[in-house]
Amino acid sequence: MLRELRPAFSVVVLFSLLLGLVVPLAFTGFAQLVFPFQANGSLIRLHGQSVGSALIGQNFRGKEWFHGRPSALTVTNAKGQTVPAPYDAAESGASNLGPTSKALVSHVTARIAAYRKAYGPGPVPDDAVTSSGSGLDPDISLENALRQAPAIAAARKVPLSVVEQLIRRLATAPVLGVVGTAHVNVLRLNLELAEGHAA
Amino acid sequence: MTLHGTGFIVLALALVFCAAFPMGAYLARLYRGQLRFLSVIEAPIYRICGIDPERQMGWAGYAVGLLLLSLIHFLLLYAILRLQYYLPFNPEHIRGMSPKLAFNTAASFTTNTNWQAYAPESQISYGAQMFGLAVHNFLSAAAGIAAAGALMRAFAGSGVRTLGNFYVDLVRITLYLLLPVALLAAVFLLASGVPMTLAPYAHVHTLAGGIQTIARGPVALQEAIKELGTNGGGFFNANSAHPFENPTGWTNLLEIWLILVIGFALPIAFGHMVGRKRDGIALFSVMALILVCGMLGAYAAESANNPILVHAGMAAQPGNMVGKEVRFGIAQSTTFNVAATGTSTGAVDSFTDSYLPLGGLVPLFMMQLGEIAPGGVGSGLYGIVLFALLAVFVAGLMVGRTPEYLGKKIEARDMKLAMLAILVQTLFILAGAGFSLLTKSGQASLANAGPHGLSEMLYAWTSGTENNGSAFAGLSANTMLLDYGIGLAMLFGRFAVMIPVLAIAGSLGAKPRLAHSEGTFPTDGPLFVGLLTGVIIILVGLQFMPADLLGPIAEHYMLLAGKTF
Repeated sequence: MLRELRPAFSVVVLFSLLLGLVVPLAFTGFAQLVFPFQANGSLIRLHGQSVGSALIGQNFRGKEWFHGRPSALTVTNAKGQTVPAPYDAAESGASNLGPTSKALVSHVTARIAAYRKAYGPGPVPDDAVTSSGSGLDPDISLENALRQAPAIAAARKVPLSVVEQLIRRLATAPVLGVVGTAHVNVLRLNLELAEGHAA
Repeated sequence: MTLHGTGFIVLALALVFCAAFPMGAYLARLYRGQLRFLSVIEAPIYRICGIDPERQMGWAGYAVGLLLLSLIHFLLLYAILRLQYYLPFNPEHIRGMSPKLAFNTAASFTTNTNWQAYAPESQISYGAQMFGLAVHNFLSAAAGIAAAGALMRAFAGSGVRTLGNFYVDLVRITLYLLLPVALLAAVFLLASGVPMTLAPYAHVHTLAGGIQTIARGPVALQEAIKELGTNGGGFFNANSAHPFENPTGWTNLLEIWLILVIGFALPIAFGHMVGRKRDGIALFSVMALILVCGMLGAYAAESANNPILVHAGMAAQPGNMVGKEVRFGIAQSTTFNVAATGTSTGAVDSFTDSYLPLGGLVPLFMMQLGEIAPGGVGSGLYGIVLFALLAVFVAGLMVGRTPEYLGKKIEARDMKLAMLAILVQTLFILAGAGFSLLTKSGQASLANAGPHGLSEMLYAWTSGTENNGSAFAGLSANTMLLDYGIGLAMLFGRFAVMIPVLAIAGSLGAKPRLAHSEGTFPTDGPLFVGLLTGVIIILVGLQFMPADLLGPIAEHYMLLAGKTF
């Protein structure tokens, strides 16, 4: 047994140093040199200030913005109550409500009503009323974006065709039809709106 | 279901299968010690660690090495998690873990489970991720692959008393396989947007006005080994659903490939090692058959969408998007989760707790099958060999002959050990879930009521015992009962299977290899593939069907009837 102790112990220590420090630190150095943008979280700068990550959704409210998906994230406030914290990227996670959950049905029903009130009657895209897996989903489906377009065009007083053009320009298509999906990044859409490129 | 969705499954599996054959041949050379191009690195490691690479170990010696290494590494991780506040690389000043959570997490990563009863963003420092969790991701994977190799040597040899040298296997598997593949994959992930930084969380001024704190860290390398080693512990709470762990459709495809490739390479390596490639391909075929059915089944189930929500006015297409990410849609989400539960990877790119009942049943059932399609790295191979022993035993009973597998006579002691390994898991899953549901603490952990609550608890004990690590994540798992209970289930699920497997290897290795005769039941053709698949499905069905009926299947019919809880 004692004879075995030395190799077992040494392998753990040596590999912890190699695989736990040397390799990740060297790789971090490589990442910072070769892919600094991605390595630091794909942060987008506008007028010299970080305004968000290209990969992380934000909580947009108001008619002049495209809205991302519902986010199920919550925080515990000072009084110990659990309160919603949509797109709080210091955490991540899903609602984890099951398909026969009363809470799920009431949340989705309320979101459907709100969506129709904001964007008019008609079918409501799934992604617009269901919360995502990460709570930080940066994307929405093209159907969802196009349904939101008229309200945004009206709020910003620009022709609808311009907003629709913007969606088409920023849309991502699945490669070979199978890898990825047809979607558009909400922050990128709203950045263009903010910079007035849609006008 | 669409043609494109099915096309994704075909593409993902084609990429895995194409790579599995050359990788299997490479692994066989690794096991035989024929790969030497890194001997300049190997030699000093052996010298520093006091390893004699020429020394051969019997099954007991091999098992002692494996257990001792696991124990020491377990203790080290426990200490790191408790003390992380005082250790370097902790820019967010994250506090040490509680004893129960540190025990659970250390058991989890030692056993290649990666069950997450914690939220990493607020409970694990960068230092503990790198120096603690990531190292376990390498070594627990290597230990599994090593144990599978020991079993292969037993079948390959005739009258041999030794199974190789555990430490040499561990070092070689890490250096020749895990590290290079993980590094290559990490570069791709990094280029696609997975962060790799030691800087603290970013604070940005959002467009809509407000401050958003964005968790980040040294993710890319850990993400790669997390999938390749079928570990699955997320750098973030949302695991591979998090855009920083899995930013695009391409990274999702790569992660699926990493999860599956070694699992499918191992039966090929087995075929090479025993000099009967067709026998390896037979095991490979059973794995592939079950996995394909699981992937298609989950995709079909999730495409159906929730009838209650569709009735309320939501579009029926593309399918159930609750807990899924837009960039993956339905097919790419379900394929990932089935790949992760067909192996012992606890990773998810969508949240199974919110899958429709039948969609959630598939990952649950994939784990209950013992994770043999293709299974965790190493554990999948020895898991399916246990079932193969059972299958030839059943065939032997039918014709009244002593069963043989690959020229080795399977005798009473071998069968008893095989059944022990199979049944110990069932015991922990059913008794653990049943007991937890009877306690107040267990009931309080449930996030959902009705049959879905039963599914949550059943899934948790299945995932722990089978060393998977994925969850019906609504369950509050950080309690006395579940931290210690599932922690023990993980340890037994790992070592109470691995040790009997090594004992079987010891027994079979010592036996002579018999020549193929007229009366030998062929184990390399479609008949055996069918028999083995049947044995697996029937055995697992008998064990788990009652529980599955009360959980997901009951919920399915209640959902159709519009009943909510």
